[in-house]
Amino acid sequence: MSEPALYGLLAEFPTADSLCAAARHVREHGYTRVEAYSPFAIEGLDEIIGADKGWIAPLTLLGGLLGGAGTYFLQWYAAVVDYPIDIGGRPLHSWPAFIPATFEITILGAALAAVVTMLVANGLPRLHHPLFEVEEFDLASRNRFFLCLPARDPVFAPGPARDLLAGLHPLLLCEVPA
Amino acid sequence: MSTPDSRANHDTLHSRGSDVLRPGWGYASVTDKIAGIVLTDHFGWRWWTAFLAASAGVGALLAAISWLFVKGIGIWGVDIPVAWGFAIGNFVWWIGIGHAGTFISAVLLLLRQKWRTSINRFAEAMTLFAAGIAGLFPILHLGRPWFFYWLVPYPNVMNVWPQWRSPLVWDFFAIATYLTVSLLFWYVGLIPDLATLRDRAGQRGQRGRQVAYGLLALGWRGEARHWARFEWAYLLLAGLATPLVVSVHTIVSLDFAVGNTPGYHSTIFPPYFVAGALFSGFAMVLTLAIPLRHAFGLHAFITGRHLANAAKVLLATSWLVAYGYLAEMFTAFYSGDIYERYMTVNRFMGPYGPVYWAMLTCNVLVPQLLWFRRVRLSVPALLVLSLVINCGMWMERFLIVVTSLHRDYLPSAWGMYYPTAWDWITLFGSIALFVWLFLLFVRFLPLISIAEMRELVRESAQGEA
Repeated sequence: MSEPALYGLLAEFPTADSLCAAARHVREHGYTRVEAYSPFAIEGLDEIIGADKGWIAPLTLLGGLLGGAGTYFLQWYAAVVDYPIDIGGRPLHSWPAFIPATFEITILGAALAAVVTMLVANGLPRLHHPLFEVEEFDLASRNRFFLCLPARDPVFAPGPARDLLAGLHPLLLCEVPA
Repeated sequence: MSTPDSRANHDTLHSRGSDVLRPGWGYASVTDKIAGIVLTDHFGWRWWTAFLAASAGVGALLAAISWLFVKGIGIWGVDIPVAWGFAIGNFVWWIGIGHAGTFISAVLLLLRQKWRTSINRFAEAMTLFAAGIAGLFPILHLGRPWFFYWLVPYPNVMNVWPQWRSPLVWDFFAIATYLTVSLLFWYVGLIPDLATLRDRAGQRGQRGRQVAYGLLALGWRGEARHWARFEWAYLLLAGLATPLVVSVHTIVSLDFAVGNTPGYHSTIFPPYFVAGALFSGFAMVLTLAIPLRHAFGLHAFITGRHLANAAKVLLATSWLVAYGYLAEMFTAFYSGDIYERYMTVNRFMGPYGPVYWAMLTCNVLVPQLLWFRRVRLSVPALLVLSLVINCGMWMERFLIVVTSLHRDYLPSAWGMYYPTAWDWITLFGSIALFVWLFLLFVRFLPLISIAEMRELVRESAQGEA
């Protein structure tokens, strides 16, 4: 790489549709690490840039199962093994009474797993990012749409990448220092 | 509100106008409108007056709680036989109010209802504050509130465990989970908006706010991969929160239904409580939405359609609650149990009879006005109705708690419950605390989801909303 201090090239677009079209175009040119930034979730854009939802759903299930099983085990262990109390011969392993807490912690475990997995998969929290140095980029959270070709993309070369983006007639085209 | 950002003020597309969003709004204008409510330096005398009044109420609540800690729960009207008074009634009332927020956010999201978008954020905040306040009451009601953590299963030197077969322990798990999941749901939904506020504050040169919102936004950039995972996690949270909402008030109702007390020991309780929770929760949504849209000029976002839809939910849940009342009466007489029958007749004609008839008027009779389209479209009428229903539901909670207890099986053990001044101060203080928290919320966080409004703008421009 001739300029190692480059994060990538950033292009600004006025509409969601122009961003989708641009993303599709650069994907057709072999870019695999394309980053698209938008002020709201655009349906279908994730498929264009080749995003996957990762481990969120399986880990949510796992979190729920662990929470539920752990809570049931805790109640069983406390009521049957560690501190059994015989009350008129009633069963120690009174499973229906153990369901409410088990259900609640199943939900809690699953919800925590969903949120933590989402944040970790997104690499958040990450308070600073090279893109935040671009003054215009604060419009990505308002009304503008950005496409970034990162320098770490295997097919990235500064000259052709710039030409490719310029051909899409962006509102703004700039280099993002790393 | 003028847009402070001179760049890119021309929206490339505009909402066409629909039932849930008025025409002419674009990405920039919805962003600046909602963010402007928070980022302004001048909040006006109305906000300050309300805030000071609420602060006075919170002060009174703190005084009442301090006195409670000094003297014990004898300062309230509770005694034997009525050992559960206002505190438990308030608890059930508040947790019920805390149900509509998650219901709106989760269930309406799963059902793809467009009218959810402009009301879900503040309804979630309402849920969070109401559930938090609800959680205070059982703790205050403990004779020794500083031992409330004994409900938590932890290895302790006493070598004992919580009583797993007790609904009070289930309740602890339900409320703690509900609070945590509601907070997660609310916070996750806020992250993109916090990023917006970070960037808008930076643009305005408000450095302190930029840093504060920036920390809370966790560095959100709005990347497409992030959005995809965000939406997926949010949908999963909605799916998880839906059964949770139903379970929470079910478990609260088991606090009563598991006890072998006439008027409590009934299988109708779980669905009846959940219906009552939605009823009072939607009433509170209207109570909050109407002043909010007026105070901040949000008529374009919170339209008559939102209010009318909430009114229809109120009408439906009013009938569910009415069915609960009927089922209770029917079961009491059909059971042949003299204590159940006596309890029911006593509700009609006993010392708390006037409260019972007032409750039926507020919860069943008056809401029938919502059959009329004119009433559903009249904002003042809806505000008054929502307040009437809030009062009616509070009376219902009061009656459930008190009427069953004040006539024990033996007439020699009968007694009355009269609330003391401290009971009233605690009730109104809790309402003041709710208002106080809500005022801070509208001051510091966007009360409508900005990111989802932008999505709605796009859908509206494409003619889909």
